[in-house]
Amino acid sequence: MRNRFWIGLSMIFLIPGVIFVTSCAKKPVKPAPSVVTPQAAKEAEAKRLAAEKARAAQKALEEQRIREERLRAEAKARREREEIARRERFVNEHIHFEFDKSRLLPEAKEILRRKAKWLKENPDVSVIIEGHCDERGTNEYNMALGDRRAHSAKSYLIDLGIAPERMKTISYGEERPFDPRHNEEAWAKNRRDQFVIQ
Amino acid sequence: MRSSQTTRYRSRLSEQTGFAPVGVPEYRNTGASREREGKNSFIQDSGKIRRSLIVALVFVGLLFWSALPCQARVYIDITAPYLRKIPTAVPLLKDMGPHNSPNKLTKTLADLLADTLAYTGFFQILDRRSFLEDPQQAGLMQHVINFKNWTDVGAELLVKGGLERRGNLLKVELRLFDTFGGRLIIGKRYTCHLADQRRVIRRFCNDIIRRLTGHEGIFNTQIAFVSTTTGHKEIYIADFDGYNPRQFTNTRAITLFPAWSSDGQYLAYTDYKRGSPDLYIKNIKERRGTVVSFPGSNITPAWAPGKFALAASLSYKGNPSIYLLTGKGKIIKKLTHHWGIDVSPAWSPDGKKLAFVSNRSGSPQIYIKDIESGKVRRLTFKGKYNTSPQWSPRGDYIAYTGLENGQTNIYLISTNGGCPVQLTRDAGKNESPAWSPDGSMIAFSSTREGPSRIYVMNANGWNQRRLLVLKGEQTDPTWSPRLSFR
Repeated sequence: MRNRFWIGLSMIFLIPGVIFVTSCAKKPVKPAPSVVTPQAAKEAEAKRLAAEKARAAQKALEEQRIREERLRAEAKARREREEIARRERFVNEHIHFEFDKSRLLPEAKEILRRKAKWLKENPDVSVIIEGHCDERGTNEYNMALGDRRAHSAKSYLIDLGIAPERMKTISYGEERPFDPRHNEEAWAKNRRDQFVIQ
Repeated sequence: MRSSQTTRYRSRLSEQTGFAPVGVPEYRNTGASREREGKNSFIQDSGKIRRSLIVALVFVGLLFWSALPCQARVYIDITAPYLRKIPTAVPLLKDMGPHNSPNKLTKTLADLLADTLAYTGFFQILDRRSFLEDPQQAGLMQHVINFKNWTDVGAELLVKGGLERRGNLLKVELRLFDTFGGRLIIGKRYTCHLADQRRVIRRFCNDIIRRLTGHEGIFNTQIAFVSTTTGHKEIYIADFDGYNPRQFTNTRAITLFPAWSSDGQYLAYTDYKRGSPDLYIKNIKERRGTVVSFPGSNITPAWAPGKFALAASLSYKGNPSIYLLTGKGKIIKKLTHHWGIDVSPAWSPDGKKLAFVSNRSGSPQIYIKDIESGKVRRLTFKGKYNTSPQWSPRGDYIAYTGLENGQTNIYLISTNGGCPVQLTRDAGKNESPAWSPDGSMIAFSSTREGPSRIYVMNANGWNQRRLLVLKGEQTDPTWSPRLSFR
């Protein structure tokens, strides 16, 4: 009911409006035929060609610029991706230990050498080295063992030329297992040093 | 007759136990004067009581004449390696009020008595269904008790009692009899607020233990432990029997290794509240204290007996070594000197020796250092992994956690060395032994029922049972010294 009222009201204004607008439309004007000499036509043609050529050259230049820019951006993104990957690798690659031991295994040393290289490339980065243990044994002793494990990695990195001020060690003992299961496989993963960028 | 007896006993009490005889007059006074007197006498006595309870908490102990002749006899030798549990009858209490009918309280108090005594592992509490007499009809006095009724059911000790309740006030009379001797060993009368019934029962049990063993009981002790109830490792404190567990720390970090000072006033512990394992030394009542925050690990505190000083393992110089610190957290001196791990210090009761764990021989083993001479000797040789030593209060044994063939268990070894005794077996991972202050019991954590929980056992490994059930997992128990009865 209400809708019909509004439609009716709008029609009252709309119809006279349409009539008013159409009655005021301009009549089309026919263009007068132009008078052109052959000489002038040639010149105009040459000018047009030159302009076209210039435009083409500019377009090519522009395209090359865009292409180069894209390549640069891609290279940058790739570098950034690689940088992120290296950083992630630094963070996610743990070093592992034998049961009740804090000495560095050969694989651990290799990983630490990579970490030292990365730390040298990123001199403004500071790290926390976390020492962890598996759940076997007692909490108290594992806390001390985790301390030794973190310290082993720190000492080795110092030997490789990393400033000690850039590294802090924390032991978590058996408090933060990487793998919560209770088997050999999980324990091997849990006996580790983990690296956290500050 | 009775009131003259009461007067006589009251005066004896003030002589013998040192308690001011404020009880009976207070009980008879009006509420206002009770409150006044209550505050005067009790705050001084124990220091920390809920005010509302002080109002009516009053008790009178009575030491009966007949207790004296058998004073010298020791019924239980708690130093003996194997105890025979004494068959003990704890019948329902007798309602001595005007209604003289059994009610909920007569059973509650009798059960509490039986459970508290059974906790020690010294008593075999007999089944009430076998008893020959009706507690409501039978008398409490020595001359009216037919002891044959009790020897016939096998009871060697009999704990009888009566109660009278008036509103929120409770009068309780408790007596311990030797059934074969046919005589009273201890008799006490208490008047207390209804809410303090547990305190009264514990006091009486403490008296029983003192009389039967010649040593103070442990019914005024508490056990602190770590629990993940909130999702974080926090320290909790419960009574010796697991009653009334309450959260002590609330740091939402990782809290570990609680250690009780020998005066019972301080707890030291390791906490990751600031991101790394720091040592916190906290006054329990005032909830304030000191933080020891050297770089590296600040872990495994152990209070020196009778001193405001503690040993702890600090790694700020590279390797975890044991240091002696003041109660304010200042380093006094370094106690162990070695390149390896030195952790988990434990003092001998006289404070002259320190047991600790070191991996200086390649695997974690327990060592003892003589503080004065500085000499260190290795104590454990059996097994490749022996940690968390705890010195017995009598000084003769060290309890520790050993890992052998993949099994973690509690062991006991003489401080002179020799062959260790295994106290737990085939029951999950058993860790962190903690002695009761009388040396009769050991608390520990175990995963025998799945999640880690706190258990207690007699020092010979008998009577292993769970202390309490709480959400989450519980570890790291530590037993308080004897505190004042609150």
